[in-house]
Amino acid sequence: MKKAKWLMVVTVLLACAGAEQVWAGTIKINGSTTVLPIAQKVAEAYMKEFPEVSIAVSGGGSGNGIKALIDGTTDVANSSRFIKGKEVQAAVEKGRYPVPFAVAYDCIVPVVHPANPVKDLTLEQLKSIYMGKISNWKELGGVDKKIAVISRDTSSGTYEVWEEKVMDKERVFPGALLQASNGAVAQAVAKNENAIGYVGFGYLNEDLKGLTVNGVEGNAETTLSGKYPVSRALFMFTGGWPEGDVLNFINYVLNPMKGQKYVKEAGFVPLY
Amino acid sequence: MFADRQNKERIIRLIFLLAASISILILSLIVVFLFMEGLPIFREVSIRGFLFGREWYPTSDPPDFGIFPLLTASFAVTLLSAMVAIPLGVMTAVYLAEIASRRVRQIFKPVVELLAALPSVVIGFFGMVIVAPYLQRTFDLATGLNLFNASLMLAFMSVPTITSISEDAIYSVPAELKEASLALGATHWETIIRVILPASLSGVSTAVILGMSRAIGETMVVLMVAGGAAMIPTSIFDPVRPMPASIAAEMAEAPFRSEHYYALFATGMVLFLFTLVFNVIADYIAQKHKQVGAATL
Repeated sequence: MKKAKWLMVVTVLLACAGAEQVWAGTIKINGSTTVLPIAQKVAEAYMKEFPEVSIAVSGGGSGNGIKALIDGTTDVANSSRFIKGKEVQAAVEKGRYPVPFAVAYDCIVPVVHPANPVKDLTLEQLKSIYMGKISNWKELGGVDKKIAVISRDTSSGTYEVWEEKVMDKERVFPGALLQASNGAVAQAVAKNENAIGYVGFGYLNEDLKGLTVNGVEGNAETTLSGKYPVSRALFMFTGGWPEGDVLNFINYVLNPMKGQKYVKEAGFVPLY
Repeated sequence: MFADRQNKERIIRLIFLLAASISILILSLIVVFLFMEGLPIFREVSIRGFLFGREWYPTSDPPDFGIFPLLTASFAVTLLSAMVAIPLGVMTAVYLAEIASRRVRQIFKPVVELLAALPSVVIGFFGMVIVAPYLQRTFDLATGLNLFNASLMLAFMSVPTITSISEDAIYSVPAELKEASLALGATHWETIIRVILPASLSGVSTAVILGMSRAIGETMVVLMVAGGAAMIPTSIFDPVRPMPASIAAEMAEAPFRSEHYYALFATGMVLFLFTLVFNVIADYIAQKHKQVGAATL
C-alpha cells in the first residue's frame, strides 16, 4: 500500500517534469461569441487530455476574430459567418490563406406556449410579427389575443441569425420584448400563453412548443440537409492548413466522439 | 522620546488619510474611465441626437443610437416606484417610530431591514415567475413583464432604505417638541402630522432620495421584469427598457471599442449623472433643513 502511494507520487512528479519539457504548445482562439461556448468547452476537455497544451479562448466577435487571424495575433478564428471577400483579399495580401472548418450548425426555432393552437408559420409571417405588422394571434389562426413578441438583445449571435434569415434587412419593431439569453426567452415564453420567441435548438423543452417554419421542423436532420431555413454553419478558421497543435485541436473539435459531443452540450447541432 | 511619539501620531494620521483617499481615488478613476470610454460616441452622433433620438438600433447597418426611449423608461420606472414606495416607506417609519410598542418595533425594524438584504436577482425572479403571470391574467395583458411590474419590484427594494433612514430621523426628533405639542392639547395624530414629520423632513427627504437612487440604478430587477422593449411607454402596462437593463443586456457582446460599446458607456455616463444629481439634492436638503436642537423649528 505504502509502496503504491510512493509510486504515485513519483509518477506525478515525473509527469510534471515531463509536462515542463514539452510545454511548447499554446493555441490562441479568438472570435465569435456564438462559437465561444463551443470553443470553451472543447478547449477545457482538450487541455484535460493534453495538459502540455494551453489554450487561450477569447470572444470579440466574428469580425474581430478574422481580423486577428489576418494580423497573425490568433491561431484560430471563430466565426458565425463565412469569411468575406474583402477579408480574404486582406489575408492573401499579408501572405495568409484562411482555411475554413465548419464545426457546428446553429438552428434557431420559433417557440410559443404549448397551449397556443398555432403550429406553423411562414418566414413572411414571422417577419411581419417581428416588424409589428401582425399583432394579434387571430390573424394567424389562433385565439383573439395580442401577440407578445420576444426578441433577443441585438448583439447576440441568436439575434444575428434571426435578423439575417427572418428579418431580411428589416428592423425588429421597438415594441418587441428583450431577453438577454436563450434561457430567459424560454422562461418568458413558457410563462406566457400569448408570447412568441426564438431559441437555439438546444433550449427546446416540454414547456415550449417549437413551431415549424414553412412546414419544416427545425431539428438536427433538417438543419444538416439545409431544408430548415433559420440555420447557419459555424466556423473555425486557421491561417493556412493547420499544423502541429492547431491541427490536433481542429481534429479534436471535429471528432464525433469528442469535440462534437461538446457542440451538442453547448446547445448547437453537431456535424454528424 | 517626545518627537518619537509625534512621529508615530503623524504616521497613524497619514495611514487614515490614505484609507480615506483610496475610495475617492477609486471613484475618480472609475469616473475618468467611464467618460473616456463614453465620450467617443459623440464623434458619431450629436449629444442631442443621442439623448433625444427615438431609435435604438445599435447593431443595425447603419446603426441608430438614440437613448430617449431608455431615458423615459428609467424616469417612468423610478417615478412609479416612488409613488408606491414613498407612502409605504414613510408610513411604516411613522408607525415604527411613533405608534408601535417597543416590542413590535424591535421585531419589525430588523425584518424590514432584512428585506433590503434580499438579493435583487431573487426579487427579479419573483417578479418574473409569480407577479408577471398574475398581472397578465388579471388585467388581460399581452405580457406581465412591464413597467408596472418593474416599478412594484423596485418599490420593494427601496422601501427598506426609505423606512430605515426615515425611522431614524423621526425617532431622533427631540422629545421636548412632542411633549410641548401634546401639552398644548394637540392629539397624537396632530402631533405626528404637524410637528414630528415637519421636524424630521430633512431626514425623510434624504431617505426618499436615497431610496430612489437605488431604484434608478438597479439593474437585475429591470433586466428581468421590465420587458425590455426600447419604446416610449404609453401606458403603465407597456414593456420598457430602462438604461441599466440595456447596458447589462448588450455590454457582454458588444465588440470592444466599437460604436455600440461607446454608446453603452455613454448611457452609463447619463445614468451616473442622474444618480449624482439625486445624491447632490439629497445632500443639499439634508444640509439645509438640518434640525439643530429644538429651537429652530
